[in-house]
Amino acid sequence: MMLEQDTGLSLAIAQIVQRLKGSSLHSQLERQARGSWEKRILKSLNSMCTELSIPLARKRPIGEQKELLNKWNEMGTDEPDLSLFRPVYAPKDFLEVLMNLRNPNYENGDQPSFRNHLGLIQVPLKVKDIPELKDSFSELGLNTGQLGIDDSTQVPPELFENEHVRVGQTVLTEQDSAAAQQYVRQGCPTALRAELWALILNISNQPEDILYYEQLKSNVIQHDLLVDSLIYKDVKLTASNDDYYFVFEDYLYQVLLCFSRDTSVLEHFSYNSATPPKSYIRGKLGMEEYAVFYPPNGVIPFHGFSMYVAPLCFLYHEPSKLYQIFREMYVRFFFRLHSISSHPSGIVSLCLLFETLLQTHLPQLFYHLREIGAQPLRISFKWMVRAFSGYLATDQLLLLWDRILGYNSLEILAVLAAAVFAFRAVNLMEVTSLAAAEAVLADLSTLKVMPLLQIFLFATVT
Amino acid sequence: MEPPAPNPGHGAGRPMATRPAPCTVRSPVALQVGDVKTDLAQPGVAVIDVALPPAQPLDLQEIVFKNSYTAFLTVRVQRRRPCDVGRASARKWVTCLWNHCLMPSPHTEAGSQDYFSLFRHQLLCDVDQVTAVRLILRQPSPVWLHFTLEELRLYPRGQQSLQTDFPSWLSHLAPQQQPENLHGVSRLLMSSAGAGVSQGAVSMSRPELGYPGGRGQQGVPDPEKVSTEVQQLWVLTEMIRANQTAARIGRFDVDGCYDINLLSYT
Repeated sequence: MMLEQDTGLSLAIAQIVQRLKGSSLHSQLERQARGSWEKRILKSLNSMCTELSIPLARKRPIGEQKELLNKWNEMGTDEPDLSLFRPVYAPKDFLEVLMNLRNPNYENGDQPSFRNHLGLIQVPLKVKDIPELKDSFSELGLNTGQLGIDDSTQVPPELFENEHVRVGQTVLTEQDSAAAQQYVRQGCPTALRAELWALILNISNQPEDILYYEQLKSNVIQHDLLVDSLIYKDVKLTASNDDYYFVFEDYLYQVLLCFSRDTSVLEHFSYNSATPPKSYIRGKLGMEEYAVFYPPNGVIPFHGFSMYVAPLCFLYHEPSKLYQIFREMYVRFFFRLHSISSHPSGIVSLCLLFETLLQTHLPQLFYHLREIGAQPLRISFKWMVRAFSGYLATDQLLLLWDRILGYNSLEILAVLAAAVFAFRAVNLMEVTSLAAAEAVLADLSTLKVMPLLQIFLFATVT
Repeated sequence: MEPPAPNPGHGAGRPMATRPAPCTVRSPVALQVGDVKTDLAQPGVAVIDVALPPAQPLDLQEIVFKNSYTAFLTVRVQRRRPCDVGRASARKWVTCLWNHCLMPSPHTEAGSQDYFSLFRHQLLCDVDQVTAVRLILRQPSPVWLHFTLEELRLYPRGQQSLQTDFPSWLSHLAPQQQPENLHGVSRLLMSSAGAGVSQGAVSMSRPELGYPGGRGQQGVPDPEKVSTEVQQLWVLTEMIRANQTAARIGRFDVDGCYDINLLSYT
């Protein structure tokens, strides 16, 4: 006899287990590096606040609240003057910080030796090699059907695609989250993707979730945050300029402005070793009962942040559901791409994995690029920080994010980055400067993700 | 009870009241062939001696420490045996843990700063009446400048106290009524679980509750099934009790005010 409350309980447990898998080490180097990096961000935001004489937060007058409510669905038509705002940081600033991470207990001699890594990352974290990756990503092997390869027009659908779609429909009928996670490793059929991702992320869009979203919306109406201007600027600079995503501009504001005010996101700081910024109510400096987090969700957006949301707009059109999917993806995956930790899916490990793969399997290319002053990570870092959003064609990006969900790991981003370099190796061997290397790798929109991954992992002679 | 794997260190098998045994932990001594001062090569082996107060031999329950870049650990103990009484000769050292791996990949960071717990039943030999402990640390990788163990604590075998968080009424089932009534009892408890459970308020003898055949030994319910149901029920009550403020309030302001100063650096 099963308890009726069982489904609610197992859902809560499943969500907690997902989020707690693998918390990071609190090593000394991380703490120091993180501390100084976070302080830099706070200083940047504070100086923007004082220079522009704009408060960090302000309650909107009633008139303004009404006006915002009226144009909630078309905030993109607004053209506020954002010229004085600048992003708090960009991925390349973050890369500089990661390059300077040093373990004081590690022998970083001046003499070149086997101890010094040839890439930019000098932290000795354990990363997988190709045999281990083959094992982890075994479903991407040559003998397993994949969407992104075996559904191309030349392949008759009876061979793989029809059966795969049928299995997907069964998984959805059964509402089996674990089976869905296993299933998406081979890719999601486009028609089933939205529901499958919702099933894996345990998003059901209950009435209380819709109410919660409405409450966040009312918080946006009531208070204006400096961070909002940063979000506006980011959307205008990135998504609005993108051929694929500019149509979703309004959705992006509706999601990101609410995201900034969502205090439930603070919970992820229990396994994210970063610290949310803090402030005090005016006049109550130092009094703990008047301490608040800023922004309320503790996450300061950086240049390109809105690109985490943009691809999801293709799948979800109802703002409340889109919001919840994004929030869950952020607290499970995306936060690792812009915080310092030693987690295997953290950005430091991904960078080291990328550099190690390239160095091991394309040593000539690696050496050549290094010699001309074009360290490969300088080019691939921005791809990985954004999980390739805005660089790949959207259908390819969604196939890639299928695998992130399926394997519950971001390591595939580093593998894809190495695979892209391998694909363009011949052209890269001929360049003689960083700018030329950047040009060779500027346009990834024609790439097919799954064949690249498959060839790099399973069909390259090692 | 199965001990938790040796990692972040709140050993569930150790009762909360036990304090670590008093002992003196000496700093690690590197074992080196040749002159310590002139030889530049790192030895990769160090020894930590732990001296226990004399005439107070310890029944060891658990060794807890924080790793600091040690790759492999060997633990040896010196024990006082009844046959040793009266003998002045040196006591034998016995290895109770041999080459235990702390860092699976010694050139990389994994495991380098983790907390470890070693329980007595993980050790190779009996660790009662221990008079001295010696930890032999090995770090074969030359990339690390220093390696040691920190926050070393030895826990004696204390009284096995009853787990305080286990409700007493679950262990007070009337023995002769056990087979027939458990099923009915568990059904009753589960139906009241939604409304909140009050401890000790449940009567144990309700044979007529939804149970065919009433009293008697006919069709005794499967004890495994019943115990699973009761366990599920207990977990649920614990969750309800712990989940006092389940509703997310989500307010980020203080009494409607979010007028803040600059961000704080501390």
